[in-house]
Amino acid sequence: MSFDFEKPIVELEEQLESAQKIAEKGKVDVSGTIAELRQKIEVAKKEVYGNMTGWQKVQLSRHPDRPYTMDYIENMTEGFMEQHGDRNVKDDKAIVGGFTWLGDRTVMILGQQKGRNTKMRQYRNFGMPNPEGYRKALRLMKLAEKFNIPIITLIDTPGASPGLEAEERGQGEAIAKNLMEMSVLKVPVICVVIGEGASGGALGIGVGDRVLMLENTWYSVISPESCSSILWRSWDFKEKAAESLKLTAENMLANGLIDGIIPEPLGGANTDPATIYTTLKAVLLKHLDVLSKLKPAKLIEQRIAKFSAMGAFEEV
Amino acid sequence: MKLPWFKREKAGITTQTKDKKATPEGLWHKCSRCKKVCDTADHIGNKWVCPNCNYHTKIGSAEYFNILFGETFELLFENIKPTDPLEFFDTKSYKDRLVDTIAKTNLDDALRVAVGEVAEGVPLVVACMDFNFIGGSMGSVMGERIARAIDYGRENKIPVMVISKSGGARMMEAAFSLMQMAKTSAKLALLAQAGVPYISWLTDPTTGGVTASFAMLGDFNIAEPEALIGFAGPRVIRETIGKDLPKGFQSSEFLLEHGFVDSIMQRTEMKEKLTQLLRLLANKRPIEAEIGS
Repeated sequence: MSFDFEKPIVELEEQLESAQKIAEKGKVDVSGTIAELRQKIEVAKKEVYGNMTGWQKVQLSRHPDRPYTMDYIENMTEGFMEQHGDRNVKDDKAIVGGFTWLGDRTVMILGQQKGRNTKMRQYRNFGMPNPEGYRKALRLMKLAEKFNIPIITLIDTPGASPGLEAEERGQGEAIAKNLMEMSVLKVPVICVVIGEGASGGALGIGVGDRVLMLENTWYSVISPESCSSILWRSWDFKEKAAESLKLTAENMLANGLIDGIIPEPLGGANTDPATIYTTLKAVLLKHLDVLSKLKPAKLIEQRIAKFSAMGAFEEV
Repeated sequence: MKLPWFKREKAGITTQTKDKKATPEGLWHKCSRCKKVCDTADHIGNKWVCPNCNYHTKIGSAEYFNILFGETFELLFENIKPTDPLEFFDTKSYKDRLVDTIAKTNLDDALRVAVGEVAEGVPLVVACMDFNFIGGSMGSVMGERIARAIDYGRENKIPVMVISKSGGARMMEAAFSLMQMAKTSAKLALLAQAGVPYISWLTDPTTGGVTASFAMLGDFNIAEPEALIGFAGPRVIRETIGKDLPKGFQSSEFLLEHGFVDSIMQRTEMKEKLTQLLRLLANKRPIEAEIGS
């Protein structure tokens, strides 16, 4: 599938396809045309993907072929042992996690998980965790801390689940507790936004020594759609909301709210998942090398200082 | 001969400003819920609670500071002022919205911090929200003031209380607003390690990012009666599940029943009960404080 803004590329690719069909028949020499089209596609890709608006990045972050948390775990790590349940009420399918090998390091890896088809999307609750999901995540993180094992969280959620049961079981409390506990974890914590980073539901597993974003993801206090509905009282201003919220990785880095951006293959992680697995793995190992040399007290001090410095106000 | 009856002897109104009598805003208060009328002085004397139906009228930081400290308290961190970091523009610019709201409310943001004594020898740092300032929404100023209030409590070993009344995050500060949740929660982790009590006083309404951070992290979560307290707003939930919400859903009583608040307290007994609680914990310190010193 493709988005509207990708149309120039799609059209060129269709032309290329027909040119290649003609070439296969071998009657006419179209090699010049093919070369020209290939070059045009490259230029168009750079043009389109290099100048994406906030809303276009939001769309790309939701591309159905984008790798999800389990794809990263399966392709980037080895020997994953999934753990289930919050030891309280149930197992939340919207968050997965467990110990695994990243290179030659044992890490705890966890994150929100979306589904690929209707059935699985429902099974994973569209990547929207309930309180028990956040409590499972915290249980696993405390377990990692106990064994002095670093933690990696992968963020990809349209938000924490809004519902009767979520409220009954304390959605607010579950997220709040994670924010407080994660800020004082004695092991390195690296958080990566791999898709959607919506609000408290994302932040609930997002307090780390390094908070990174893949190039074509977004992170904000609210989704552009909900923002449009609340501030403009209409669903029609999502593009404008996406611009106003300054939710892209570039904006977030410029505002000092994240620590780095991980480049994606041209056209997004969906076009070449193998490359993004390799890239992310290398980035994580590099950061773990640095962070694992810090003493726990130093780690915590720096983590808290980093979040304490976030905000924009005047001091008179 | 002139008739003096209708002749003004001196021109114009001559009463000096200082001699003018203040006109009372309203001698009577009409409860917005039960519609019964009572004497305004009685209503204020009853801590802005309706004597007839116990409705806790929405009040702001000035009233709460008055209830807790009377006239003797010190405002802190007033030097922190809001800005418009993202040049946010919805139906009007955030910059204009701030200017208008400041003029209208005579406040500079949606939360003020004060330190004082609730009783002799019982000090308390109070960070209290004002709902009439953009819905009590949490932006950078609220986050920073709460963070500093917590630091102040930790450094001076004075218990901290946050009085919440908020619709949640301030969208016009987008991700800056979101990160205030992490900031305040991290500061509370340090306060906890220092063994200084933290009280979260929840009032109507407390929702969104405020609920998902410091408002739910109290050593004591105390709610006023019949307040709306929740993470997702009722409208969002109703739209998601496609049916009406049960009566009393997300009320203080609902939270008490599900185990997320310690108790429900009347505003009329707020000062007395808090004093009692703080005295129980006075001078109790943790065995060991590891970090953040």
